[in-house]
Amino acid sequence: GPLSERRLMDVRLGELPAWLATCDLSPQGLLGGVRKAWSSYYDKYINVKRGGPAGISMLLAGYCLLSYGWNYQHIKCHRWRKYH
Amino acid sequence: VLHTTRALHTAQQRLAPLPPLPEKGGEVRYGLIPEEFFQFLYPKTGVTGPYMLGTGLLLYFLSKEIYVINHETVAAACILSVIIYGIKKYGSDVAAFADKLNEEKVAKALSVKNEAIKDLETAIEQEKKEQWRVEGCKYLFDSKRNNVAMLLETNYRERLLTVYNEVKKRLDYQVAMQNLKRQKEQDHMIQWVERNVAQSITPQQQKESIAKCILDLKALSKTAQAAV
Repeated sequence: GPLSERRLMDVRLGELPAWLATCDLSPQGLLGGVRKAWSSYYDKYINVKRGGPAGISMLLAGYCLLSYGWNYQHIKCHRWRKYH
Repeated sequence: VLHTTRALHTAQQRLAPLPPLPEKGGEVRYGLIPEEFFQFLYPKTGVTGPYMLGTGLLLYFLSKEIYVINHETVAAACILSVIIYGIKKYGSDVAAFADKLNEEKVAKALSVKNEAIKDLETAIEQEKKEQWRVEGCKYLFDSKRNNVAMLLETNYRERLLTVYNEVKKRLDYQVAMQNLKRQKEQDHMIQWVERNVAQSITPQQQKESIAKCILDLKALSKTAQAAV
């Protein structure tokens, strides 16, 4: 279909800038995109009859990575080797 | 302005009945990485591709010390092992308990729905019975109308009989009056005639008649004696 209506996974690498140009980058648009992503994640992994640990474990893992990234400057001081 | 000719609420509602929740969530391998990632890499690198990628990335982070090993690593390892042990041991029990809770909720809602349906069905049957009774009312009213007609007829005939009796009494009275009058006239006339005849017999005539009777008796006695 046309470029603006395709989802991100269906867009080819070369068309990525064009696709980014068509999508809605205003605050409301970004907020709407975040909300849609959140609700689609929920519908896929959490709002099911028999879910497992996968739903929240992925969220926790993402939180761990994010917090590691935010504290990287502080952790860098505790490196073991001087030269990498 | 409400256009009352437009049909309202005719199409099937969008969210009713609600589509049921999917049975299982998206597939996730080792609880952290979705299956889509493995399927994404399968055409180019086969089955071991993602594992090689993971190992390579891990070694790269460790060797370049982008991931630094410190006390937090030990703590994370202990916590993770405890969590994984707990999930492996008690996961199925917790899942069964949660399923039972869900089952109870669904069963309660279903029972409410069934109760409502049963009540409505009994209401429908009673309504039909009432309609059948209404049909029977026709016969009831017919019989009542017959009763009323019979009462009216009886009353009418009673009054007719009363009228007849009264008229007969009056006519009998008139007849009796006439009879009485004629009787009285007759009696009175007979008495008057007798009185006048008795008055007209003078003493002279009486003596003559008595003498004649004696002569007749003598003649008779003579003939009687002769017969004996």
